[in-house]
Amino acid sequence: MSLAVDIGHRQGDFQLDARFEAPPGLTALFGRSGSGKSTLVNIVAGLIRPQRGKVVVDGQTLVDTETRAFVPAHRRRVGYVFQDSRLFPHFSVRQNLLYGRWFARAATGGASGDFASVVELLGLAPLLERHPDSLSGGEKQRVAIGRALLARPRLILMDEPLASLDEARRAEIMPYLERLRDRAGVPILYVSHSVPEVARLATTVVILGDGKVTAVGPVADILPLAEAGDGGSVLDAVVARHDEAFQLSVLASAAGELTVPRLAAEIGAPVRAYIRSRDVMLSLRPPEDISALNVLSGTVATIASNGAQADIRLDCNGAAVLARITTKSVERLGLAPGKPLYAVVKSVSFERT
Amino acid sequence: MTPEEWTAVRLSLLVAVTATAASLPLGVAVAWLLARGRFWGKSLLDVVVHLPLIMPPVVTGYLLLVLFGRRGPIGEVLEQVGIVFSFRWTGAALACAVMGFPLMVRAIRLSIEAVDTKLESAAGTLGAAPLWVFATVTLPLCLPGVIAGAILCFAKSMGEFGATITFVSNIPGETQTLPSAIYTLTQIPGGDAGALRLTLISVAISMVALLGSELLARRVGARRVAT
Repeated sequence: MSLAVDIGHRQGDFQLDARFEAPPGLTALFGRSGSGKSTLVNIVAGLIRPQRGKVVVDGQTLVDTETRAFVPAHRRRVGYVFQDSRLFPHFSVRQNLLYGRWFARAATGGASGDFASVVELLGLAPLLERHPDSLSGGEKQRVAIGRALLARPRLILMDEPLASLDEARRAEIMPYLERLRDRAGVPILYVSHSVPEVARLATTVVILGDGKVTAVGPVADILPLAEAGDGGSVLDAVVARHDEAFQLSVLASAAGELTVPRLAAEIGAPVRAYIRSRDVMLSLRPPEDISALNVLSGTVATIASNGAQADIRLDCNGAAVLARITTKSVERLGLAPGKPLYAVVKSVSFERT
Repeated sequence: MTPEEWTAVRLSLLVAVTATAASLPLGVAVAWLLARGRFWGKSLLDVVVHLPLIMPPVVTGYLLLVLFGRRGPIGEVLEQVGIVFSFRWTGAALACAVMGFPLMVRAIRLSIEAVDTKLESAAGTLGAAPLWVFATVTLPLCLPGVIAGAILCFAKSMGEFGATITFVSNIPGETQTLPSAIYTLTQIPGGDAGALRLTLISVAISMVALLGSELLARRVGARRVAT
């Protein structure tokens, strides 16, 4: 199950030239607004016909401008979750869910999942008899995801499905997306411009800038490169123990132990930590008598200076941690590749995986 | 009410219902083409559909007579398969359908244009072929407009006079609809009472049709937002 894209398309002044392959799992298409993410997804869905190129899903060519092959959208079996859910207002939630399933009834392969298990996966049971306009934004998106899933897609596209939601609604949907990624068994192409979302959900990241793919790779390698203003690093960890007295949790990662506010996760549960590079301070000696709980030790791997700011990439026992400090500090501390030092992590956003 | 007046009322209802029912499928199709289609000659189709609205009804009726009369190019062909329009009630229905068509198409077209194309493309990605998208998404969502268009066509048919009388004349029991009957009664001495009776009936039928369409549209609308 994979997706290969190689297309060129011009829309007005905007030129999109993208080429990448998405392995199974969740591939995040990451970039600023206007970088061509939605156009790309619409080409994969068959809603836009590219001027040049090829899209292949699972060995089947969906479009190839050289052989003039073009599979229309309704025969592509690509589940599409739109930013604005697009539920049918004249159908109940149940009818919405069953809509795509009815057309896919003769189809084989694709996303597994009968009605009951999709309803269970997305927690839709209490909503089934309601109509879309009585649902909250988060509920609508869950129904939209279920509707796409029940059409037995071979590939799921999600175009910023959380962008129109507030923080609480996002937190409500995230766990469902994670379960979907782990259980649906089809590749997901997920458009986003939010670093925490990508850090938490993605297996692979494709960075799109000005219509061109600038980087492709596993999330921990690629995300630090993202030009989102605030770079950061991703650490995979497990919950080691809880400290009930102080309401804290201790996580074990390759880079060392991290202490964070009590997580509602069981011991042994996998967790993905995202550390913004602005939230990392560097020290040549083990810092003592400071309030920060998390100190990681490592060596300087690379220094990328950029005017007054410098991005320091630390190798902490094999795991990469990024720090953004001033160039003046680089000079004052005499930083150079190979130099051992200590990273003080001021804050961490922790996401369950 | 004289038996002749009753005949005119019954005939008018038959003509109007037939004209509306027969032209509705074509009206929806043309409205969809004008709302969503992208093809060469779209403006021309738009003009042709709207012609009966701007031309004098007598001109429309005369053109129908030329085209669909027994000697007309279309009428001659249709006569071979047993369809005759000239001086029959079916001809009155044809004239009414042509006159009501622009009103019907206009109302339906506006309501199709109001249907969010994003919903249609969403249905496409879910596996629905274009005809299914139309039947399951577009049509249900523009149903109030379809009802309004049908009622407009019905009302126009009930009142159509010029094209009908030019095309199929004014034959009691065959082509004498309400307006023709009223016109005839005003032309004979002592016909005022009959003309007034038919006028009141005409007003009543129009009001019932309008109220009925309001109720129907409200029920369709209510179903759509039911929680």
